[in-house]
Formats: sequence, structure tokens, C-alpha cells
Amino acid sequence: MTWIPEVASNLAGKVDGVLLTITLLSLFFFVLITVILVVFAIKYKRKRDDEETPYITGSEPLEIIWTVIPSILLIALFVYGFVVYKEMRNPPADAVDITVTGKQWLWTFDYYNGKKTLNQLYVEQNRPVRLVMMSDDVLHSFFVPGFRTKQDVLPGRYVQLWFTPTKIGTFDIFCAEYCGTGHSVMLGKVNVLSPEAYDIWESGLPGEGGQSVASLPPAELGEKIYKEKGCNACHSVDGSTLVGPSFKGVYDHKVELADGSQVDADENYLRESILEPQAKTVKGFQPVMPSFKGILSDDEVTAVIAYIKTLK
Amino acid sequence: MAEADIEQPHGHHMDPATEYSSSKLGMWLFLGTEILLFGGLFAAYAIFHARFPEMFYEQHLELNRTMGAINTCVLIFSSLTMAMGVSAIKLGRQKTAAILILITIICGLTFGVIKYFEYSAKFSHHIYPDTSIFFSLYFLMTGLHMIHVFIGLGILAVVFVLTLKGKFDAKYNTPIEMGGLYWHLVDLIWIYLFPLLYLIG
Amino acid sequence: MANHTIAHDVYVPFLEKKGFLSWILTTDHKRIGILYLVSTSLFFLAAGIIALLMRFELLTPASDFVDPHTYNVLFTLHGSIMVFFFIVPGLAASFGNFLIPLMIGARDVAFPKLNIASYWIYLLGTAILLVGLLKPADTGWTFYTPYSATTNTDVVLMTFGVFVLGFSSILTGLNFIVTTHKMRAPGMTWHRLPLFIWASYATSILQLLATPVVGITLLLLITERTLGVGFFDPAKGGDPILFQNFFWFYSHPAVYIMIIPAMGVISEIIPVFSRKPIFGYKAIAYSSLGIAFISFLVWAHHMFVSGISETAAMIFSFLTFLVAIPTAIKVFNWTATLYKGSIQLHSAMLYALGFIFLFTIGGLTGVFLGALAADVHLHDTYFVVAHMHYVMIGGTVMGFFGALHFWYPKWFGKMFNETVAKIAWFFVFVGFNVTFFPQFFLGVQGMPRRYASYPAEFESLMSLSTYGSWILGFGILVMVINLLSGLISGPKAPENPYNSLSLEWQIPSPPPHENFEEIPQVTDWTYGYGKKKELEV
Repeated sequence: MTWIPEVASNLAGKVDGVLLTITLLSLFFFVLITVILVVFAIKYKRKRDDEETPYITGSEPLEIIWTVIPSILLIALFVYGFVVYKEMRNPPADAVDITVTGKQWLWTFDYYNGKKTLNQLYVEQNRPVRLVMMSDDVLHSFFVPGFRTKQDVLPGRYVQLWFTPTKIGTFDIFCAEYCGTGHSVMLGKVNVLSPEAYDIWESGLPGEGGQSVASLPPAELGEKIYKEKGCNACHSVDGSTLVGPSFKGVYDHKVELADGSQVDADENYLRESILEPQAKTVKGFQPVMPSFKGILSDDEVTAVIAYIKTLK
Repeated sequence: MAEADIEQPHGHHMDPATEYSSSKLGMWLFLGTEILLFGGLFAAYAIFHARFPEMFYEQHLELNRTMGAINTCVLIFSSLTMAMGVSAIKLGRQKTAAILILITIICGLTFGVIKYFEYSAKFSHHIYPDTSIFFSLYFLMTGLHMIHVFIGLGILAVVFVLTLKGKFDAKYNTPIEMGGLYWHLVDLIWIYLFPLLYLIG
Repeated sequence: MANHTIAHDVYVPFLEKKGFLSWILTTDHKRIGILYLVSTSLFFLAAGIIALLMRFELLTPASDFVDPHTYNVLFTLHGSIMVFFFIVPGLAASFGNFLIPLMIGARDVAFPKLNIASYWIYLLGTAILLVGLLKPADTGWTFYTPYSATTNTDVVLMTFGVFVLGFSSILTGLNFIVTTHKMRAPGMTWHRLPLFIWASYATSILQLLATPVVGITLLLLITERTLGVGFFDPAKGGDPILFQNFFWFYSHPAVYIMIIPAMGVISEIIPVFSRKPIFGYKAIAYSSLGIAFISFLVWAHHMFVSGISETAAMIFSFLTFLVAIPTAIKVFNWTATLYKGSIQLHSAMLYALGFIFLFTIGGLTGVFLGALAADVHLHDTYFVVAHMHYVMIGGTVMGFFGALHFWYPKWFGKMFNETVAKIAWFFVFVGFNVTFFPQFFLGVQGMPRRYASYPAEFESLMSLSTYGSWILGFGILVMVINLLSGLISGPKAPENPYNSLSLEWQIPSPPPHENFEEIPQVTDWTYGYGKKKELEV
């Protein structure tokens, strides 16, 4: 078991330095107090009811010592914490900007070259990245434990976050600020690519991930998209009701809409619901689903529909 | 002391002097919390005024300054009559005190009536608490103040009846004084609200 | 004071009168204390059961026991009930009511009628909350906007219940301040006051100063939902962060409203069971006030990653570190009091020692969260959850249990089974640590709080934490049964079982209606234990 996630950004090592310093100091004081407490409790345990005890009400030198020493240490820790924080908050000028939008309950990423991805952030190893973030609805918080950094995402105001990824691999993105029913499934991944792999991804088709997915059968690809693109935040596959209707058994069944009319949940209805979700909302659900137009390609939409068909 | 004991079966653990100074301390503390309650709104006012000075200026022109000014005078006058009522009872003049408290109550009611006309004028112009941040502040601040006016009027009404019944005299008049303090607070808050909302915007 | 001499030769314990009306209409501070004790304890148990349900859901990564929305409702209820209905009024109002007049040598609080009125207001607040449970809120106890302004659950009733409760808190604090100023027995000077009184005094000041601000904040949230006011809504020009500023301006001091009375309890228990004067009386007394003061200046340390400016973050981080100093002083002073004492490990003393141990962990982990760079990583993770519970359970609840065991004989005139009490303590202590210590590691590893389901990598620590909650729950169950059975069949308690010098132990157990036959004349401080030598105060 690891105590702390892998160090995967330029900031992580520095934050770990702060954490380690405080941990060691805390351990020292904790052990000190515990040992004194236990030793006193054993050594001065009452043996007879009429034991004599000294009348000690205080000791000025002692009290000054244990006020001043912790104060100095605390101020030193404050300065250390602030210095690292300052660096974490000030991106270098050459950082690549990526626009991040948080909404209930998914992340979208817009890149400088017009690419747009959902829940999957693609960055290049050793190249500073500045995320310019805003929320579409409530508060969210963009948190990558491997990078040791986090920033609340607010509606109506841009906030920024930066890091230089140092390790190739995939790292968790968590939403750390409570944002409603789907909070715990508002998950994403940062994919840190080598410069060569990043070049390939960069020149690939818009809306597609770095790895080739064409080889998967449609239903399997659909399942993969269902999990990676955040559908699972709102739609169950086991019939239970989350924020949106369950996918289970929806295909080829009659669906009652918010206006009371009925519609057949065929391929075209499902496609429309993915691309223009507000057009025909199911009765009993809020019209809150974001459009996946421009996020999912036609092939991907078809794959998701293929997956839904398998859920009987 | 014996009399006070009969009236207040639970007050007998204190002598009258302590009871008076305790009530006074308690009342001042309470008034402090009332100011803090409004303090939140004043803080919101300061923040949003700094953020939207133009909106505050433009929209404050919609408020009726004349009515606001009249109401300010009415409340200041009522504070005066209240203070006179307190000094009257301290001299043992029960009837004068009762009349002065009654005048204070009438002033308070007048304030309410004028405010009612102001509010209805706003509603008829389709101005509601959700119209803008400025009007949100206007309605919340004056509304919360209005609630305090009504509470104050309730207290004064009780005090008035008790004064008529001759419960208070030169020696024991703590409730009148406490009611008076509360009424002064209500007045004081309005003295801040009026310029902030009607004059500065 | 001629009226006090009548009928005092016959001792009538304050518990004597029976019947619902004699309780709900009482103005006796001891009975009001019991009313608070019973109500807050019931809320504690209810919110505790909710916590067990939450931990049960978290036993496995998937959201399988309850659906995510239900989980969100559960943690909202757990937090709101624990904070507003149990911890804030728990020690402060129940033990505050019972002890303040007894300790300062008074017959009651300054305003007995206001005192029972405060309790009715508390009941009204709880009633509103219970109605709100028909469609319970899912916002978390912090009610952050804009989520709280937009969710379709019933936020209004819940926040209104808390708003009403605020008045109870304000009036109780006001009553206690005036009581401490005006009702002290002759000779009970400020520097002779028991430290619990100093703690209650500091708490009352906080209640008075901070509660109105949360009152207006919740009122604004209510108008946001009902009248369409937009102070916290960016679409209308408002600012969601403003809510957090307002909210924490109260709720950070509120954290100290919760913990300072417990510190007072510890300062009472340790000298009695060590037979030693409290070490550094003035430092402990004034550090309570110091903590109370600084607590108003640190609210934004809950918002280091919310987008506040670097300068603001710097100032608030610095001030946060300052709070650590008076807290550390207290811990050192309590520990030093044990030196050369004659220590009796009574169950109350075990809770007090447990408090020092756990609160030290809670305090030290607070240093992590005060340090800006570390907080960026740890904010809103299980590290915060663990830290907060080490302070709130390890601190306040341990203090509460300690107080229950310590003053139980005085309050009820009965004794509980001491051996069972020690066994219960053991389970509470071990269970608590097994539940919450793993959460520090979860937080460092990045597990965010308020997750109904979680990635599989966290499973082993999460399920360990759940097992711990069962041990903790069992310990509390044993404790409750032991204390209740003591009420029914416990032996009669003597007047002063621990040979305490404090005033409340010099009168019969349970105390008579008006506490003291004669108002005592105080000649020394409360902590004159041990043999005076050449050393002088």
C-alpha cells in the first residue's frame, strides 16, 4: 500500500515536502505529549487515599518556553506553506491554456486547436498546462491527487489552475466540492502523453481519444463511452432511478414525456436525446442533461445506442 | 421588594438593584446582537454597492425620498416621546408616561402606514425583491426593519397597558426603560437605512 | 433576603416534582439543564445512527445499500443535527445551565424565564427541522450556494429551523454572560472562578457575536429560494462565495462554541482526580478568551481553494496558525497538572485523558490544513473529515461523556457502575480511533469527502473505518445502558464522592431547589488541592 499517490507533477514533490515537514514536527509533539501523559498516569497513580501532593500552580519560565517555541515553529510552517502555495497559484507564461467546464456531473475540456473532450483530459509530459475553468451550474472542484492540486470551479467567474505533468500515465480527476446527486461519479482522467503520443493525439480527429477504439465491437465501445463520458453519473443500467431515467429496458419501449405525450424509444429517439436532450424530456425528470453534440462522433452515438439495446 | 417578589415569583433570587443592572446589561447585549443581524445586510450593501455603483445610483432614484424623509422625522419624534416617557415615569408621573408611550405607539403605526403606501407603489410599478440586487437589499433591509418596528410596537403596547394599570412607579420601571431602549434601536437602524437607501443609493 | 429562610430546613431535591408540566414550565436551571441534556442526547443518538448507516453504505465502493441521493440526505442530516442540534447546545446549554449557578454560588441564572423560553425556542427549531424531514435537504450542513439555492429538496424548512435555533443560542449566551457578571457569590472574584465558567463565558460571547450573522445568512438563503433574491446567484450579479464568507464567519467561531466548553470540563476533571491545583490557571482562562477572539478572524481558511486572493489566503493562513498557540498552551497545562499528582483513573478521568490524546491529534492535523500548500491537496478530502471528527468527537464528545460521568452523581444523586463505565470507555476510545485514523490516510491519498461511491483503491481503508464505527457504536451503547441503569438501580450518591473543592460538591446530591441554603462566602479559588509549602499563588 502506498501512503500517498505517485508524484506526477512538478508541484507534487514540493507539496509533499510541506506535508512531510509538518508530519515530522507533529509526530514529535504528539509522541512527546503522549509519553508524558502515559508516564505521569502510571508513575503518579494513586496508591493510598491520603497521598500528599505538592501545591504547584504554574511555572512562568516553563509557560514562556512552551508558548514561544511552538509559536516560532508555527510561523516557520506558515512561511513554508505560503511560499509553495504562491508557486502553485502563479502559472508560468509559456503554459498551454485548456478551458475546463464543470457541470453536473461531468467535465468538458476545450483545447486551443478546437478539440473537445469529455472527462478525459489530454496533456503533454513536461509541458506546463494552465486550466481556465468555469462552472455551468453549481460549485465543483477540480482535484488531481497525483498532481497535489485543486481548485474550486465557480459559476460566472473564471478561475485557473496550473501544473506541469512529469509522469506518463493516467491520473484520477475527482470533483472535490459537493455538487449534488452525481457528485461521487463526477470523475475524469488526466492522460499524460509522451511528446510523440501527444503529437499523434493532437493531429487526430476531433472528439476522439488518443488510443484507437475502432477495433471494438459497437456495444462494447458504447459501454466504454457510457463509463468514460459520464453517462453513468445520471443513468443506471440496472433499472434504478438516478438523476435521469435508467437505460435498462428503455429501447423499443413506450416512454411518457413531460408534456404527457408518448413516444417510441427507437434509435432516432435515443439519438435525439443524446444530441438534443431538451427536445423530449421524460416525465418526472428535470431537463438538465447537457448536449453531447460535438462531443460524441456519429459512430460513438451509434455505439452508445448499440449498448443501450443490449440492456434488456 | 416584597411587592416585586409577588409579581415575579422567579425574580426573588436577586435584589432589585442587581435585577435592574442585570436587565440593563442583558438588554444592551441583545441590542448588540440585533445590530449584528443587520450587520450582515449592511456588509452585503457595502459589497454590492462597491460592485455596482451605477445600478445603485440609478435605481435609488425610484425610491420616494419625501415619504422616506417624513418617516425619518416620525421615528425621530417617536424616540423623543419615548425618552420623555421614561424620564416621566422616573419622576413617578404615571399618566404623563402613559400618554407619551401612546404617542410613541401612534408614531410607530404612522411609520407603518407610510411604509405600506411606499411598498404598494413599488409593487404597482412591478418592482419586487427579485427585480435587482438593489431592490433585494431595499426590501430585505426595510422589511427586516419593519418586523422590528412591529415587535417594538408589541412591546410598547404591553408596557402601555401595564403603565395604565399603575404597575410602574419612580422606583420600579425597568420594563419601560427596556422597551424604550429597544425602540431607540429600531429608530437608530432606520437612521442608517434612510441615507444608505434613499440618499446615497 | 428574609424570604430565603423559610422552609429550608427540609431538603427537597430539585428532581422531586414529577409530571410533564412541572418540567416543561420549570424555571429551575438544573431542570432546564436536564431538558437540554435529554433532547441533545436524543439528537446525538439519532445522528449517530445516521452515521452508522452512512458508514455501512461506504463498506464497499459501489453505491449499493442506499442510492446516492439518499446518501447525500444522510450526510446532510448527520452534519446538521450533530452540529446545530447536538454539539452547539449540548455542553454549552445542558451543563452550562446545570453548573454555572452552582459553581458561582447563585440560586439560578439571571433570567430564569428567559432561560425556559430559550428551551422552548430550541424545541420550536427542532419541530421545524422534523417537519422539514418530509423532504429532507441534500445540501450538506454547510448549505453552500448555488446548490442550496437550486436543489429541489426542502432547504427552506431546514435552514429556518436552524435560524430559529439561533435565537435559543443567543438568548442562552446572553443569560449566561449576565449571570456570570451579576450573580457571583460574595468573594467569588474573576480569578477564583472555576475554569468551566471561564470557558462558558467565552462560549457565550461567541454565541452572541456569531449567531446573528449566520441567522441573517440563512435568512438570505431562504429569501433566495422564496423571493428570488440574488445575492448568491451569479446570474443576478450575486456571488456564491459571499455565502461562504458569511457562513464561515459564524461557523468557524461555532467550532469553538463546540470545543471551548469541553476544554472547560477537562480543566475541572483533571485537578480533582490528580489532587493538584490546575497548572497555569490564568493562561488557561485567558486562552479561552484568546481563542474566542481569534476565531472571528480565521473564517476564510475554509476557502483557500475557493478562488480567494493570494493576499487573503496569506493573512488567513497566518491567523489560523495563531489559533494553534493558545490551544497548545492548554494541552501543555493540562499535562503539567498531572505532574507529581495522586492520579485516580476514574472513568471521567479516562475521558479527560482520552480528550487530551485525541484533541492533540485533532489540533496537530489542523496545522496541516492551516498550511496553505498542504491545504490545497487536503481540502475537501477525508483528511478534513478525520481532523474535524478528532476535534468534535475526540474533543467535544469526549468532554461531554467525561462531564456526564463526572457530574452524574451530583445531578441525579445516584452512582453508575464504574467497571462497566471503564469498559465502555475502552470501546469508545478504540472504536473512535479505528474509525477515524484511517481517514487521515484516505485524505492524503486523495479520497474526496461526501462521496456516495468511491474508487476501489480506497476500499481496504474505507471498510476498516466502517468496522471501527461498529466498535464505537457498541461502546456508546454500553455507556448509555450503564448510565440509564444507574438511574434506575444505582446506589445513592454521596454529597462529594471525589472530594472536590468546587461549590457544587458542597451541597446535597441532587441539589435542592434553590441550590444553597445560604449563599456561600468564597475565600479561596476552586483548585486549592495539595499541600501548600513555601510556594504561593
